[in-house]
Amino acid sequence: MSRQRADSDGSLEPDDEVMPYSDDETDDELDVSSEGEPEPPVAGALHPPADARPSEMAWKVKANDRPYHHLPEFKKKVFLCIKKSRYSGNAIKTYKYNVLTFLPLNLYEQFKRVANLYFLVLLILQIIPDIATLPWYTTLIPLVVVLGVTGIKDLVDDLARHRMDKEINSRKCEVLLDGRFQESKWRNIQVGDVVRMKKNDFIPADILLLSSSNPNSLCYVETAELDGETNLKFKLGLRVTDERLQEERQLAEFNALIECEEPNNRLDKFVGTMLYEGKRYPLDLDNMLLRGCKIRNTEVSHGLVIFAGADTKIMKNGGKTRFKRTKIDELMNYMVYSIFVLLILVAAGLAIGHTYWYEAIGSKAWYLFDGKNQNSSYRGFLMFWGYIIALNTMVPISLYVSVEVIRLGQSKFINWDLQMYFLEKDTPAKARTTTLNEQLGQIEYIFSDKTGTLTQNVMQFKKCTIAGRSYGEPTTAAGLVLERGRPVDWSWNQYADRSFQFVDHSLVECIRSGKDKDANEFFKLLSLCHTVMVEHKDDGLVYQAASPDEGALVTAARNFGYVFLSRTQDTITIKEMEEERTYEMLALLDFNSDRKRMSIILKFPDGRIRLYCKGADTVIYERLSPKSKHKETTQTALDIFANATLRTLCLCYKDLSADEYEAWSKLHQEAQVAMSDRDAALDRMYEQIESNLMLIGATAIEDKLQDGVPETIAKLAKADIKIWVLTGDKKETAENIGYSCSLLTDNMQIHYGEDVNEKLKVRQARRRLEPATFRQGTKKPAEAFFPEPGKNALIITGGWLNEILYEKKKKRRRLRLRRLGKRPPPSNPQDCQPMDDSEKEMRQIDFVDMACECEAVICCRVTPKQKGNVVSLVKKYKKAVTLSIGDGANDVNMIKTADIGVGISGQEGMQAVMSSDYAFAQFRYLERLLLVHGRWSYIRMCKFLRYFFFKNFAFTLVHFWYSFFSGFSSQVAYEDWFITLYNLCYSSLPVLLVGLLDQDVNDKLSLKFPKLYLPGQQGALFNYRNFFISLFHGIFVSLVIFFIPYGAFLQTMGQDGEAPSDYQSFAIVTASSLIFTVNLQISLETSYWTFVNCFAVLGSIAIYFGIMFDIHSAGIHVIFPSVFTFTGAASNALRQPYLWLTIILTVGISLLPVICIQFLHKSIWPSVGDKVQRNRKKYEMELLQEEKKKAPAFERGRRSRRSAYAFSHSRGYADLISSGRSIRRRPAARGVFQESIREVPQTAAENI
Amino acid sequence: MLANAANNETCSTNIGNSSSRLCNQKMVKEEQELANRPDNTAFTQQRLPAWQPMLSAGIVIPGFVLIGLAFIGIGVALFVTSRSIQVLELDYTGLEQNSPCFKCTYPNVSNCVCDLDFSIDSLFKGTVFFYYGLSNYFQNFRKYGVSKDDVQLSGDLTNFKSPSDTCSPYVYDRNNQPIVPCGSIANSMFNDTFQLFQKINGTKTLVPFDGKGIAWWTDYNIKYRNPSVTPLKNAFNSTVKPIFWSKPAYELDTSDPANNGFINQNFLVWMRRAALPNFRKLYGRIDEGVYAQGLPAGSYSLAITYNYPVLSFGGRKKVVFSNVSWMGGKNEFLGIAYLVIGSLCVLMSIVMLIVYAKFKFPEED
Repeated sequence: MSRQRADSDGSLEPDDEVMPYSDDETDDELDVSSEGEPEPPVAGALHPPADARPSEMAWKVKANDRPYHHLPEFKKKVFLCIKKSRYSGNAIKTYKYNVLTFLPLNLYEQFKRVANLYFLVLLILQIIPDIATLPWYTTLIPLVVVLGVTGIKDLVDDLARHRMDKEINSRKCEVLLDGRFQESKWRNIQVGDVVRMKKNDFIPADILLLSSSNPNSLCYVETAELDGETNLKFKLGLRVTDERLQEERQLAEFNALIECEEPNNRLDKFVGTMLYEGKRYPLDLDNMLLRGCKIRNTEVSHGLVIFAGADTKIMKNGGKTRFKRTKIDELMNYMVYSIFVLLILVAAGLAIGHTYWYEAIGSKAWYLFDGKNQNSSYRGFLMFWGYIIALNTMVPISLYVSVEVIRLGQSKFINWDLQMYFLEKDTPAKARTTTLNEQLGQIEYIFSDKTGTLTQNVMQFKKCTIAGRSYGEPTTAAGLVLERGRPVDWSWNQYADRSFQFVDHSLVECIRSGKDKDANEFFKLLSLCHTVMVEHKDDGLVYQAASPDEGALVTAARNFGYVFLSRTQDTITIKEMEEERTYEMLALLDFNSDRKRMSIILKFPDGRIRLYCKGADTVIYERLSPKSKHKETTQTALDIFANATLRTLCLCYKDLSADEYEAWSKLHQEAQVAMSDRDAALDRMYEQIESNLMLIGATAIEDKLQDGVPETIAKLAKADIKIWVLTGDKKETAENIGYSCSLLTDNMQIHYGEDVNEKLKVRQARRRLEPATFRQGTKKPAEAFFPEPGKNALIITGGWLNEILYEKKKKRRRLRLRRLGKRPPPSNPQDCQPMDDSEKEMRQIDFVDMACECEAVICCRVTPKQKGNVVSLVKKYKKAVTLSIGDGANDVNMIKTADIGVGISGQEGMQAVMSSDYAFAQFRYLERLLLVHGRWSYIRMCKFLRYFFFKNFAFTLVHFWYSFFSGFSSQVAYEDWFITLYNLCYSSLPVLLVGLLDQDVNDKLSLKFPKLYLPGQQGALFNYRNFFISLFHGIFVSLVIFFIPYGAFLQTMGQDGEAPSDYQSFAIVTASSLIFTVNLQISLETSYWTFVNCFAVLGSIAIYFGIMFDIHSAGIHVIFPSVFTFTGAASNALRQPYLWLTIILTVGISLLPVICIQFLHKSIWPSVGDKVQRNRKKYEMELLQEEKKKAPAFERGRRSRRSAYAFSHSRGYADLISSGRSIRRRPAARGVFQESIREVPQTAAENI
Repeated sequence: MLANAANNETCSTNIGNSSSRLCNQKMVKEEQELANRPDNTAFTQQRLPAWQPMLSAGIVIPGFVLIGLAFIGIGVALFVTSRSIQVLELDYTGLEQNSPCFKCTYPNVSNCVCDLDFSIDSLFKGTVFFYYGLSNYFQNFRKYGVSKDDVQLSGDLTNFKSPSDTCSPYVYDRNNQPIVPCGSIANSMFNDTFQLFQKINGTKTLVPFDGKGIAWWTDYNIKYRNPSVTPLKNAFNSTVKPIFWSKPAYELDTSDPANNGFINQNFLVWMRRAALPNFRKLYGRIDEGVYAQGLPAGSYSLAITYNYPVLSFGGRKKVVFSNVSWMGGKNEFLGIAYLVIGSLCVLMSIVMLIVYAKFKFPEED
């Protein structure tokens, strides 16, 4: 933290501390807000807000007046002339189909798929007699099966949605109807209704809070489902409604008209006014209870429904999820198109062949006379279509449905995985999208949120240093340091929080003996200097802290015997060991990110005035009194803490004399009412009093990482997956976490925004100077940004990111310049502003290139939108597969942008999970998800696709070869029924099982050798090369399958002299050879033989013979003589040993060369996977032995000094405390207090 | 998961009655709490017992040697057998001027009979099969192949009156009378007839052809049925014979009433269409009397009633005498193919052995 930060006001450099402007702010909005800037919000409630433009206030809601909302002016056209109220009911509908619409809609959806449509077209073609080369059922039966399977899947999905909707819509809520509250279902709630909610109820709609049982109509809500933040938020009712609307009767008479903005998806904004009894009152988000939140700590609250059902902010936010496709999906589609093209080419070639053949032979063959007077070219044209039909199986109809089945299976396996099941919260992993599994095996970049994802968002008071002595290592009560300690027993303290753990017994002894003044002062400070609010529940105290760090500190003090009991607007009551004391709070100097400290000035019961201050070491050390002791020792301790990646805070105090305070207080009050630059004036005042401090010590808080995070990151890094951390947190915190989760290491050179900007500028300037060479040179690999050897890391803040990527709003910049009295500097080559879009793009490419050269990238202080932008930059310029993982609403953007979004579930927040593709409870499961499930899914899918294409080529191209011997007449080489059933019954099950179950190596080895993940990233297992290999393999096999029987049939006769060289016997020989070949081929490719696989392979062959003998039986021919015409063919053909020998030879020639080539390939160019597989047994033994020995605990290496401090980024509750509205009053004092607070004028309220 | 396992362990160690009940309750409670916990089965955890074979040198190389040797063995057997089969092929297309059937190839010649003389040097052992063969004849042409009415051929009288459209263009004749049997295949039935004579000292002795049982049993008994009308002729009332036929279906074999209609053996053989454009079809067996043991050496004469035109499309006609073995007729292709593949297998196993020795897998991680 030695870096000198540029002053945020004057300079144009981005400020590392602040987040860039809000997400959804558009240029226009910026414009408006800056233009009307100096105008302070209108105080008082009598005037409508000045900027309330009519267009924004189009939403009108009248309380307790249902008919009002059905007035004609609120109707909108739905369909033709049917009109509907524009106010949605509260019932939500996420399902797609109902009983009537299921069939047509589902069919429509399915036929939107090219492949299905193709088969429909084929079906229609097959009706045309001139070109119908195959009977209709060859296409219809597979198509019906495919449509049926998909349809059933959709149906099941939709039924689940129906159930879910019904469950939610039937939740109960109390609605004010006919003058009294009646229980009603959620679906019956309408806009304008007054509802009553109880503690722990879900909020049924977006509701304007009217009143609650808490004083001042304060209402706590848990917004976890919306934004994932678990700390409670408070909402306030308007004063007027709070006062007048407490009773049922009053509520029933309530008749205000609310005018507000139209429904939108912005969770952070709400503007409206309430017209009540002739007066207008402004409304904002603080008055709103949003659907999806939960009421906490508030017995009863009343509200008015503003937006219901589909209009609510949560519903407006959800829904439109981008349809994600995997790389393989795209590739597969291109391949299907390639096959189409191939099909057309082949059909055209054969059609030309037919034209010539007919010219030469066909037209002269009297026996082929068909009574039609068509010339040979026209016949060729018809034959083209005939071949399109005959060869249609080249496009595998069951491909898509099989792929879907496999993906569904993979998803189930993910859901079922016990090793991704989090016992503590009873949360299994969940694949929410079933279509992306194989993409998990191709991830190159992971973008991770920090809080709640890498860390648990749990702060633990770990260590402290008091007056130069450090505590926190395990010791006995006597102070002997132990290797492993047992936690301190808190039973002596009735207020202790049992979940708090501390292992240093000596500190407790020290405190309890009361000998060590410093230690007592230390915890007293912790119990006094904070903005935590307390709540008394039956089973003890509950602290509400704005940041978990503060909560941890106050809880620590509580356990050490300094219990913060209650606070009022200007007093704090604590229990010091056995004695309860009340301190008068004179001033609260709240935390903000510039100050990095907070102070409190207290008047002790004995009249002393003392200032307590806690803050970051850097700011505190600057303000320490020269007389202060323990500076060096504390500094050493701080270094040690920082090295252990603990977040530290320095604690200090200062005694003030009464005069001193009086003088300052006067100035302070002046500053508070200063008209211009109030903040700066206040800052100066704070600065003045926070000086000459006396150091007490420092605390060290552990921002607890989730289990196994460093190990997981190390593993993933070995698999060449780059991890970027994108967080809204501060740079220091983020950097700290970067070290603690071993993302950053000491041997890394860390680059910050400034360096990056500099480097990019240099490159850009060079590009401008020599544009030609750069443009030509775009193809050659760009030279490295970091030519020095060694690892690099990038830490960049949101502000710099905008600066670097020119994302900054120009207008805003101009305005800022104007305000500062500067002219925008003229453009010159040194300026970093872009000249055009292409330059901006080059800049972005440069940045991405540079970032990708680094081992680790940490972006801090980024907005949700920037998170998404960073992800899309990498996606766009690196063409890489990206994964985002996060837990809160601020991660939704990047989760949706990335190829794969992962949500951390099991925490209260649902927003991230709802928009994610996969959800599980712990970051460490990512390792298993990617390295095991992802890898398996990828390998399985690739194997499946390669084989699937092969098997259809081998199957279909036999017709092609046969054409040369059948006058290009589109005579198929197999029986029609065989063609119909080949993909359905004879060849699909084994490959489906390989797609579901195959494992080249087991999960343990997959994790042990992260390098096995690399082929997935390179897409090495399925690409055009593999496709062509499959194609040639198919061509080879089809050649063999045709020409070996051809040779055998050229001149032969059966054992009994009958000529077996008839077409039907030929069809049986080729079909049987094919079935044996493809089933044995998949057997060769199966590397994980379970009994199911065995069963499937043998079963497929058995089914083939079973069905064939059935179809060729006498009985079925007698019933359908014209459909089953192969009567007796199987039995006659297959009793000839000669034909069996032909089949064996065909199968042998089809398989042996492949085995040979595979063997040679694996011997000469073995892949990592091959090597691991080869030594599988050995490695498995090793693993077993390793498991027996316990792995040594993870060791942290020595790290260089870093600083950290313990405040999270949100401001404290100081405003709330000083406004006095939220503070629980003692019942006895209620009346008096209320008066006093009410009568404090707005400005005076801040005068503490 | 671990916690639960540990729990179960402690439970199992408690043998006392009361404690085990407690245990059960505890487990029930736990199960309720962990409602979302996935099942721990081999299948759901993807730990199904499995065999994981590898294409290792120890399997592949010996495998190739064995397969190669087996193929060579089969190849030798096939080759030797094939060699032992006697085949006599005679072309009688009559394209060449010196051919005895040349005279029949003039247009406008009808009822032409030509005699084909040949001699056999040594005894033609066993039952001798007599085939006629056509080449460049596309019985596998798709439209030709579908031009029949299977329902009609199975003896359904309704399709005698109105044959299926599939028979096009031979459904009805010019007078709109239904054709039975309809369709191109039936219409183009081979109608040359053969009579074989042995010439012993200048006298011709008829060598009888046994034309029974030359078609598949299933064709004769199941697939093709005459309508159950007696006499058969009545079934064909108000139908006409195929246009190219000289006799109606019910008079195909005047000598044997059971060999008429759709179950005439020659008709059945013809209707079983060939897979390839060059084909043979069985005409008769020589297995009667003195010829039961084979055709003795000597000179023979084949009297051919030359009806079937093939010259227009460049086809050829031939007759074939052949005996058979366990593997059927003479065909050297399969034997040679087996021998070649078998040898290649052995060769490749040697190549693989060399490669394996050279690239002996370096032991590394």
